Amino acid sequence: MADFLHQNLSYFLSGISVGGQYALIAIGYTMVYGILRLINFAHGDVFMCAGLIMVYLSSSLPFAVSVPLVLIFTVLLGFIIERVAYRPLRSAPRMSVMISAIGVSYLLQNAALYFTGGLAKVYPALPWLSDSVVIWGATTRVVTIVTPFLTAALVVLLTLLIKHTKIGMAMRAVSRDFETSQLMGIRINRVISITFMIGSLLAAVASLLYFTNYASVTPTSGSMPGLKAFVAAVFGGIGSIPGAVIGAFIIGICENIIKGGSSIFGIPGSGWTTFSDAFTFAFLIIILIVKPTGLFGEKAVDKV
Amino acid sequence: MDRAKRNHLIRIFIAIAVVYLAILVLEFTLRPTNILFTVLRKGAIYSLVAVSMNLLNGFTGLFSLGQAGFMLLGAYTYAIFTMPVSVKESERVYKYYECIVGFDTGAFIGLIAAGLVAAFFAFLIGLPVLRLKSDYLAIATLGFAEILRAIFQWDVLGPLTNGANLLREYKDLTRITLPFTDIPFPPTLFVFIVVGICILLIVLLINSSYGRAFKAIRDDETAAEAMGINLFRHKELSFVISSFFAGVSGALLAAFQYTVQAQQFKSMMTYEILLIVVIGGIGSISGSCIASFLYIALSEWWLRGLDMGRFLGIDAPDLFRSGFRRLVFSVIIMIIVLFFSKGIMGDKELSFERMKGFVKGIGRKKGVSK
Repeated sequence: MADFLHQNLSYFLSGISVGGQYALIAIGYTMVYGILRLINFAHGDVFMCAGLIMVYLSSSLPFAVSVPLVLIFTVLLGFIIERVAYRPLRSAPRMSVMISAIGVSYLLQNAALYFTGGLAKVYPALPWLSDSVVIWGATTRVVTIVTPFLTAALVVLLTLLIKHTKIGMAMRAVSRDFETSQLMGIRINRVISITFMIGSLLAAVASLLYFTNYASVTPTSGSMPGLKAFVAAVFGGIGSIPGAVIGAFIIGICENIIKGGSSIFGIPGSGWTTFSDAFTFAFLIIILIVKPTGLFGEKAVDKV
Repeated sequence: MDRAKRNHLIRIFIAIAVVYLAILVLEFTLRPTNILFTVLRKGAIYSLVAVSMNLLNGFTGLFSLGQAGFMLLGAYTYAIFTMPVSVKESERVYKYYECIVGFDTGAFIGLIAAGLVAAFFAFLIGLPVLRLKSDYLAIATLGFAEILRAIFQWDVLGPLTNGANLLREYKDLTRITLPFTDIPFPPTLFVFIVVGICILLIVLLINSSYGRAFKAIRDDETAAEAMGINLFRHKELSFVISSFFAGVSGALLAAFQYTVQAQQFKSMMTYEILLIVVIGGIGSISGSCIASFLYIALSEWWLRGLDMGRFLGIDAPDLFRSGFRRLVFSVIIMIIVLFFSKGIMGDKELSFERMKGFVKGIGRKKGVSK
C-alpha cells in the first residue's frame, strides 16, 4: 500500500492542489447562484482574464506590484460585468439572465482572442511559488503544497465574513428571500455587487495558483476549470460554501487519479486524460439524477 | 379550406419557388467560388440547427445546450457512412487504424443515418436528463456534449472514428450527384432542398397537436400536466426530434466543410447557435432563419474587413487585426441581449401582412418627417 502511494504520489498531490484551485472558483459560482439563482457562465472566463492580466502586468511591473493589481483589476471586472450585463435584467425571466451570462462569456473569450492574437501567453514564473520541492521522492512545485492551505485559510475567512459581519448577514438574508430582504431595508444591489467582487477575488487567487502550474494562458483555458468548478458546486449542493469546497477537492483528486490511470489501475492507454474531463460530467449527471440537491443543498419546493 | 387560407398558401408556395429558382439561376451564372455561395450554404445549415434548437428552447421551454454534441454525431455518421470503401481501406484517411466499417452509402442515406444516430443518442441521454429542470438541464446537456466530444477522440474507438485525426474524402457537396447518374447536383440547391424539407417538417410538427402540447409545457408545466399532457413523453419527443435535425445539419456541415474533426464541436458552437436563436427571437422559426443568414453573412462576408485591416475605407491595420470581427460581433450580441431581448421577430412569424405593414409604417414615418 505504502509502495503504491509512493509511486503515484505526484498524482495525489496534484489532485489536492487542483482541487483547492477548483474550490476557490466554485465558491464564486455557488455564492452567485445562492443569491441570484444564476449560473454565471462567465465566471470561468473571469478566471482566464485574471491570468491574462497577470501576464501583461508582470511584463513591465515587479511582482510585488502586479499581484495586488491583478486582484484589484479582476474584482473590478467582476463588478463591471454584474453592473452592465446582469443588473439591467434583474426583473427579466431567468432564462434571459442566463443567456446574458453566456453572451458575456462569449465576449470575454473573443476579447481575449483579439488581444492575445490567439497565441498561448507564457505565464510568468512567480518567485517562491514556482520553485520545485521534493516530497517523499516526488518532485513538485511549492504552489502544490501551498494551495490547500491557502484555500482552507480563505474559506475560513469567508465563513467568518458571512457568519459574523453585517454584510454577511445581508447576504444570507438575500439568498433566503430576495423580496422580503428588500422590504427589510437591505440594499440588494450592493449585496449582489459585493458577492460578485468576492467571487472574482477568489477566482483571481485561483488563477495565480492554477496558471503557475500550467505555465500558459489561452482564451479558452478558463472554460474547462470553470465548468468543473461548477460541477463541484452542484455536487456540494449549490448555494453552500463548505459543500462547494468538499466537492471541488473530490473532483480534483478523482480527476487526477483517472489521469494517472495507466499507472494506478495498470491499464495502459493514452485516452486517460480525455476521460478525466468526461468523468467530471458523467459524475455531474449521476449526482443530478441520484441527489439533485447535492451534499448540503436545501430541497426546493415547486409552488404552483 | 376557405379561400383566404388557400390564397395564403399559394402565395407562400410561390415565394418559396422563387427563392429556389433564384438559387438555381445563381448557381449557373456565378462562379462557384463566389463568397455568396458560402454564405447561402452555411447560412442554410445554421438555420436548420437554429430552428431545431428553437423547437427545444423556444417552443418546449427546455433550455438545452447539447446541440454541438448532436451535430458532432451527425457529422461523424455522415462522414463514416459516405466515405468510399476504397478510401477506408487505403492509408489516406485511416492512417493509424484499420477501419472496421466495410460499406459505403450515398449522401441521402448518409443524411438520414446521421439524423437517426443523433436521435438515438438523444433518446438515451434524454431518459435521465429530461427529469431535470431549467439550469440543471442546461448544464447536464452541455456536459453530455462534452462527453461525446471526448469519446469521439478516444483512441480505442480509432477504427471507427479515426481517433483525434480528421475525416475527409467522403461525399462532400461537390461529390453529390443526381440519383442514378454522374451529373453533379448543384451544391447550394442541394443544401437548400434538404434544409427546406427539414424546416417544413418542424413547422408542421409545431402546428400539430403535439406542437400545441409543447407550447403548453413551455407556458406552464404544472398546468399542462393537469390538463393530461404526459410531460416526460412530450419532452422526450421534442428532444429526440430536435436532435434528429441537429444531426442532419451536422451532416450537412460536414459535407460543406470537406473535413470533420471532433475538436471543432465545442460548447462555443452551441453558444453561437443559442445566440443566433436569441437574435432571431425565441419562439420564431422565420426569426431563426433570418438571424442565421444575417449572422453568417456578417461574420463571413460583410465584417471581413475588420480582420483584414481595412473596413469601410478606413485603414487601421493595428486596430483591425485578426479577431476584431468577433469582438465587434460579441459586443453587438450583448447589446441585442440587453436592450432588444425580443430579437428580430419576437415570437411572431414573418408573413406578407406584417411585411406590408412594415413597408407602410416606413412610408408613414417619411410622410411625417416631411
